[in-house]
Amino acid sequence: MLNVALPKGRLGEKVYAMFEKAGKECPSIRETNRKLIFESEENGVRYFWVKPSDVAIYVERGAADIGVAGKDILLEYNPDIYELLDLDIGKCRMCVAGKKDFYDDRERVLRVATKFPHIAREYYAQQSREIDIIKLNGSIEIAPILGLSDVIVDIVETGTTLLENDLQPLETIFPISARLISNKVSFKFKHGEIEELRARLGEICRK
Amino acid sequence: MSPENNVPSPEAAARSLCALYKQYGYRHFRMSKFEEYDFYARNKSFLVSGNIITFTEPGGRLMALKPDVTLSIVKNARYAPGVSQKVYYNEKVYRAENGGEFREINQTGLECVGDLGFYDIAEVVTLAAKSLDLVSADRILDLSHMGFIGGLLAHIGAPEAVNAALLTAIAEKNAPYIELICAENGISEENKNRLTALAGLYLPLRDALDALDSLSVSAETDAAVAQLRGLLAVLEQSGLEKNVNVDFSIVNDMNYYNGVIFRGYINGIPQGVLAGGSYDSLLAKMDRRGRAIGFAVYLDLLEQLRAPADRRDADALILYDDGTPVSQIVEKRDALIAEGRRVRVQRGSDGGVNAAGTVDLRGKGGAADA
Repeated sequence: MLNVALPKGRLGEKVYAMFEKAGKECPSIRETNRKLIFESEENGVRYFWVKPSDVAIYVERGAADIGVAGKDILLEYNPDIYELLDLDIGKCRMCVAGKKDFYDDRERVLRVATKFPHIAREYYAQQSREIDIIKLNGSIEIAPILGLSDVIVDIVETGTTLLENDLQPLETIFPISARLISNKVSFKFKHGEIEELRARLGEICRK
Repeated sequence: MSPENNVPSPEAAARSLCALYKQYGYRHFRMSKFEEYDFYARNKSFLVSGNIITFTEPGGRLMALKPDVTLSIVKNARYAPGVSQKVYYNEKVYRAENGGEFREINQTGLECVGDLGFYDIAEVVTLAAKSLDLVSADRILDLSHMGFIGGLLAHIGAPEAVNAALLTAIAEKNAPYIELICAENGISEENKNRLTALAGLYLPLRDALDALDSLSVSAETDAAVAQLRGLLAVLEQSGLEKNVNVDFSIVNDMNYYNGVIFRGYINGIPQGVLAGGSYDSLLAKMDRRGRAIGFAVYLDLLEQLRAPADRRDADALILYDDGTPVSQIVEKRDALIAEGRRVRVQRGSDGGVNAAGTVDLRGKGGAADA
């Protein structure tokens, strides 16, 4: 039995569709209810819906053997897991964004609002830049508008939210997509099952 | 994960492991709980975690609660031709891992330091496999070789920062990342394929050797494969080769580790329970001659697999109040203990004590249902 942590939401539904094509169908997951755990004994799989930012924790701690998490989460939390495949979905990018009239005054400490303090710290440390991190949990876009921060470090998909708030992307830090991850010990004890699934998902991605 | 193993308690496992190491002539090494902080500061990147508990002793020296055992053993080892030190330990270490809280960690293991030959290396790997077998039959021992990884990276000849990124990608079995690094740094298609094959390799030791022969690029990588081949022969002679695999995602700091490195796993425990390897480069960094290899077993992790404990606080609960004669309580208590029961005596009510039965001696006392 393979335990799979799926990220709740649109991405998770796309991911499940891929797993279904790869032979890990679990019809009960499509029923409309509030259940979070679904099992198909026939296909040897048990799915959990978890918060996207928690997938890596479930996998690292072995509650799930494998899971799907965004590259942003992996870079922010740096979990001790295997990153087995780029699923080529959920594509977006981690960006620095600021007001359209943003002027980068390098004589001042840059105030950075973000949900991703680790990524922001690493990015600016590489540039030897002193920053003041303001950790927020949502609505990051309003931080520069209200003068809370100079810039934001956040995920940009289409850029519409930024535009609507008079902001613009300034720099791309890295591209993001969904990754198939595995607990390191599960990979060893369920090696055949996990490798077979990775190969099938890899074929689906290439189509 | 399927926690269905029946594993010994950490204490019982430690006793069996120490007995095993004694059988192979390893001497018990006891050490002080403290070392000078400076000693760890000089070798910080050798430690699993850089977070160390420090305090100032009355004389003004900055001391540390020991976060590691190996460094203390190596510090005390003296080199002489033809001489090796073989020691085992069962110690507590103190460190914070993965940015978490400080914890006391029980660590049992061994170190073999000095003028070592191939036999000594093979003996330590053998003892690693036997240590896992003492804990559970459902175990895996994975081998990697820093000589092979180092040799391949030297052959590719990328700058140090690129090598560090490649090591991270290999440790994650992250083929897309390896491809990206190779593309960004002009690493040839042939070498990219070697790196992705190395990262993806997960085969039983016997089957992996042929694959490694085809990936070998230099005398250094050839020597690593030859050592792994030698280890297979020794493990086979002792009947220990089953569930011994090759996995190059086990990567240690190349400044300290140079030869075979390994990790041990028990089915149902989501982290490795055993870690070790050859660390001749640490000796060289400390201006010591000779070679060194050892491993540690993290027995606290076994708690994760133990069967649920007895959920009862006692077999019988004796309740009394101020009117109950003490002699009556003692008489009843001793009678129940003589029957082999665990007895809890409590004044007033049961107060949340979970017992199989109650003897109520309150008021006139008497009504027993235990």
